[in-house]
Amino acid sequence: MLEIRNLTVKIADEDKQILNGLNLTVNAGEVAAIMGPNGSGKSTLSYVIAGKEDYEVLDGEILLNGENILEMEADARAAAGIFLAFQYPLEIPGVATMTFLKAAMNAQRKARGEAELLTPDFIKQVNGAADKLGIDREMLRRPLNVGFSGGEKKRMEILQMALLQPSMCILDETDSGLDIDALRIVAEGVNALRAQNRGFLVITHYQRLLDHIVPDTVHVMSKGRIVRSGGKELALELEKSGYAAYGEAA
Amino acid sequence: MAIITPLKTAAEQQLAEQFANIKAELPGAGAMRKLREDAFSGFEAKGLPHRRLESWRYTDLRTLLREAKPLVRRPARSQAIADRLALQTIAGRRFVTIDGLFSAADSDLNGLPAGGSVRSLAEALTEAPDAIAAAFAAPEVARDDSALMLNAAFAQDGVVLDIAPGTTFEQPLVLLALGSGQSEAAIVSRSLVRIGAGAKVTIVELQENVGPAPVQINHATCYVVGDGAEVQHVRMVTRQRAETVQVQSLLVELGGHAAFDSVAVAVNCGLLRQQSFLRYGGEHSRAALRGINLLRRREHSDVTLVMDHAAAHGESRELFKSIVDGEATGVFQGKVIVRPHSQKTDGGMKSHALLLNDGATMFNKPELEIFADDVVCGHGATVAQIDAEQLFYLMARGLPRPQAEALVLAAFVGEVADFVSDEGVHEIVGREIDAWLAQRDGAPRLGAA
Repeated sequence: MLEIRNLTVKIADEDKQILNGLNLTVNAGEVAAIMGPNGSGKSTLSYVIAGKEDYEVLDGEILLNGENILEMEADARAAAGIFLAFQYPLEIPGVATMTFLKAAMNAQRKARGEAELLTPDFIKQVNGAADKLGIDREMLRRPLNVGFSGGEKKRMEILQMALLQPSMCILDETDSGLDIDALRIVAEGVNALRAQNRGFLVITHYQRLLDHIVPDTVHVMSKGRIVRSGGKELALELEKSGYAAYGEAA
Repeated sequence: MAIITPLKTAAEQQLAEQFANIKAELPGAGAMRKLREDAFSGFEAKGLPHRRLESWRYTDLRTLLREAKPLVRRPARSQAIADRLALQTIAGRRFVTIDGLFSAADSDLNGLPAGGSVRSLAEALTEAPDAIAAAFAAPEVARDDSALMLNAAFAQDGVVLDIAPGTTFEQPLVLLALGSGQSEAAIVSRSLVRIGAGAKVTIVELQENVGPAPVQINHATCYVVGDGAEVQHVRMVTRQRAETVQVQSLLVELGGHAAFDSVAVAVNCGLLRQQSFLRYGGEHSRAALRGINLLRRREHSDVTLVMDHAAAHGESRELFKSIVDGEATGVFQGKVIVRPHSQKTDGGMKSHALLLNDGATMFNKPELEIFADDVVCGHGATVAQIDAEQLFYLMARGLPRPQAEALVLAAFVGEVADFVSDEGVHEIVGREIDAWLAQRDGAPRLGAA
């Protein structure tokens, strides 16, 4: 599904290299976790996959179902099936959440050559998905993420994921800022989307999230590359030993 | 020391000749004739406003106005005018001027509800020049404004609208000022709106042009707002030729416990100066001047305003949002004056601009002149680009760049548009914004939920 080969990336306006020949594969139906200390390049990896412009790819490629997506703009990648659940979802003042959801869903449908959603169908879909995530209808009428709590913003990300039905989901520190109850709701939302034809890349500092979203594989990232890979037990081991063994302080 | 005599520009000389030729034909005898003469002498002493005057610093009319076009003397009719008049864009009574001349035949004068009366300025000046002359006196803070002097000297027609005390109009009253654009000409007009105590009304001023010729417009509307009256005011300047040079003056005199809420929208405005002078003549009044400027190509929009708190317990709010694309220029100059005895004044002024192009320019100049000690006044001004993080977020959800930009831009100016409380008028404002955004790089229209 997602294949990253020798990805080497620097910040566009600086000489600082963040990713140093990173290799990673996520198969369809697989939930892969990436763990690593602060500054190891986890968030940069998620942004580069999603198509943020602040980075310059010096070498390597990112293949989604065999197709290199590096030349695509962020919207084309989204239409191709990439979804990034942001660590810090942006507030968009003046844009009602419903307006945004409809625009996003229809933009992706249009890019895939599908007809626009009829409003009653759209509302039904949104309400159904919102109820499952415990999102208040009132919240959907408010400007997107404006004045939402940290937990509400994260739930809104999962709502978007549920509605857009991407094939490759990247969750960047989705557990940060969540209390135990919110964490459980968000994890349930993610687990409900696990499917044979969908891959997940779950980026986190802590084992905690992986108790709820149990990964198939765990990768350790350090200094811009994957330094160790293993099964879910690797996460438990890291929780005990920290990241010191990988050349960086935790 | 040598005495420097400023040379008159070609336009200033032409204006002097024009005034000498037509002053006897302009409506209004007695006090009005004297007022016109005085106004023109004042103008001659000062000349056209220029950049060395602080209040005209960013709009150098002396340089911009190469020649003074002849004043339109006869109403023009064209198919384009007829077509536009056939469109009723806003549900509400409409009073029409064509090239600044009142057109009774095109105005909804029949069956005007009790409490409202409308006639042409020319007629009012002919019948009772002395009564109208008072309304031509410039407010204290605009006494040196030579564009306003020019308006007082030449204004030959306009609309006089009187709302009786206590009257409430459910539907907006529309002052539709159409430019025929049939020949390069000058349009100088003035309207007078007197709102009686306790009256409530929405007044919409539409400035549109339907023909190909660029024109020079100098229009002023004076509002006299009685005690306890509430006015919602909307002005839209749209569909102007790129070469049109236009000065719109808004003069407001507020009574006590009165409210004046204004939203001014400029879209395809050519070169436009909107200057507003609002005076709090009574205590406990509130006023808000807000606006949207959508600028591109080489357009120029200058918003200059003075809020003169001449009475205590006044509240003033200003909020202007400008989107500047191409090589366009936006100007915001706002001044809040609080006179020594005007305690408990509450003033807040904001101007925000987004620049979409390296060639775009925005000047923001907020000023506070506070002579009372117990007041709350603040101002804020920002100039920025579209937030790249917001754009990335929207694009990461599948919105193509033009659509993502349009969504952010519509939301940016939507905050001001939402202050238009009349639903029908709000819709028209929204339509103008959407149409402008849709013309950017083939950006698609926004899908609304």
